Amino acid sequence: MDKFSLLQLAKHSLKGHKNWSPQWRSPEPKKTYDVVIVGGGGQGLATAYYLASKYGVKNVAVLEKGWIGGGNTGRNTTVVRSNYFYPESTNFFDHSLKLYENLSSELNYNVMLSQGGMTVLAHSRHDMEMLERWSNSLQLQGVDAEMLSCAEIEKQNPLLDISKNARFPIWGGYIQRRGGVARHDAVAWGYARAADSLGVDIIQNCEVTDIQISGNSVSGVSTNQGFIRADKVAFAVAGHTSVLAEMAGFSVPIVSQPLQAMVSEPIKPCLEGVVVSPLVHAYVSQSDRGEILIGGGADRYPSYGQRGNLPVLEETVTATLGLYPSFSRLKLMRQWAGIVDITPDSSPIIGKTSVTGLYISGGWGTGGFKAIPAGGDTLAYTIAHDQPHELIKPFSIDRFAKGSLIDEGAAAGVAH
Amino acid sequence: MLRINCPFCGIRDEEEFDCGGEAHVTRPENPANLSDDEWSHYLFNKVNTKGILLERWRHTYGCRQWFNMARHTVSHEIIEIYPMGSFPSFNGMNVENVVKEVEA
Ligand SMILES: Cc1cc2nc3c(=O)[nH]c(=O)nc-3n(C[C@H](O)[C@H](O)[C@H](O)COP(=O)(O)OP(=O)(O)OC[C@H]3O[C@@H](n4cnc5c(N)ncnc54)[C@H](O)[C@@H]3O)c2cc1C
Ligand SMILES: [Zn+2]
Repeated sequence: MDKFSLLQLAKHSLKGHKNWSPQWRSPEPKKTYDVVIVGGGGQGLATAYYLASKYGVKNVAVLEKGWIGGGNTGRNTTVVRSNYFYPESTNFFDHSLKLYENLSSELNYNVMLSQGGMTVLAHSRHDMEMLERWSNSLQLQGVDAEMLSCAEIEKQNPLLDISKNARFPIWGGYIQRRGGVARHDAVAWGYARAADSLGVDIIQNCEVTDIQISGNSVSGVSTNQGFIRADKVAFAVAGHTSVLAEMAGFSVPIVSQPLQAMVSEPIKPCLEGVVVSPLVHAYVSQSDRGEILIGGGADRYPSYGQRGNLPVLEETVTATLGLYPSFSRLKLMRQWAGIVDITPDSSPIIGKTSVTGLYISGGWGTGGFKAIPAGGDTLAYTIAHDQPHELIKPFSIDRFAKGSLIDEGAAAGVAH
Repeated sequence: MLRINCPFCGIRDEEEFDCGGEAHVTRPENPANLSDDEWSHYLFNKVNTKGILLERWRHTYGCRQWFNMARHTVSHEIIEIYPMGSFPSFNGMNVENVVKEVEA
């Protein structure tokens, strides 16, 4: 594999960029692996990368039923931030943000992290009090957060309607300046390329149809490309978490729902960072290409159809135009949806399962893109040691029976 | 956009309705006798079927009545609407045949 550098770029440009090697191989699956990872999204690929790079487990396959990054990793609105509420979450998500801050150089792949800030808006005195409490909690945990006045918000976001006549007048807000966006495909491709170069087999168009269990231990997976043996299997399949759990004989506290996003035609730079209104359920950023990227709440009934329905699309657009009236002039270019796996407390389920050798990374819901580096790192540790990593102990599946839920519904920012 | 045939009001747009989640979940007779696992299973776990799911719906912005629905979670096709307290008949067909028909 070619290392990306200025020198390489110069060399290849002399030859008309005709000789770049593929970024990862497309191997035939072997009969046996030490670890099989089901799902070639960011979580699965990052887990494979850290297994090989940090924990010395190199005989690893990632099985993806479609193309890598074709699930929620390639469909999300790319917000990265660590402004959750409870210490369990902030510790985990801040670890992730720190890994993101160094990810481009670690992977030798530009993930285009752009920390323009994550602004949360308040629309009433009560919202202001809640944001004071939220941002104070973050500061106490050592995570950056600052309250903003209307004037400060306007300076950063001149197109935002901060007038008293706005449909939902803005009272102020708070910002996590280290929050921002990263390029989603690059995160999947960067981890894939780095994992592949360490010997991980990435096998696309390979759908897992059953998980084999003998006694209470995992022994491999059946796929459309034959049976693959492995004593350790992890699944990171987002909206399909319940389907994989059922193959292993247990059920999970998860509902699969579509979450939509859309982009406008590209325009000149006009807004910085990400702006979210938890009241009207919309959030907005501008991509490097200039498109206005809009996200909202999840569709309100269970679905595995990656389309998204019209009522929620309309609500999201209405909410956005209430915040940014001038965007009414923009044409929407594309709309899409991914199937998100939502838990009762809006926190992930990651770690060991009741089946020996079977690991789960799911329940990421509307917020698992920001968690890709930390999810991969901690799950890889957990698989390699068969012991949960400290940071994910609170997120194990047995928290529901213990009653120790970590309710981050509000920190998710939008309805789901 | 789903068009839902409320048994009481007739066909209306989905915006008038709320999905109340999985149908036919019965509260255990003796919660005190259950283990923590069993109780949390009742409280939190979901079937979350990829295929035909039996759900409760309410015509919130209409007659406010509850009813049950058998709906395919990929195609969103509504296969049957049936009263609370009863089970779907799938119009006399067995479920496998219904699945095949929806997927065809
Ligand atoms: C519209 C939208 C906006 C979002 N916005 C944000 C955001 O701004 N910030 C944020 O942090 N998060 C966001 N999220 C959530 C985030 O995208 C996900 O939580 C995250 O991408 C999950 O990563 P993953 O690798 O677990 O899942 P995925 O990327 O979905 O990967 C799972 C893979 O598993 C594969 N798979 C499924 N079943 C099988 C099988 N049987 N065999 C083999 N492979 C299988 C799928 O094809 C898929 O590629 C958003 C999601 C959506 C849909
Ligand atoms: Zn009615």
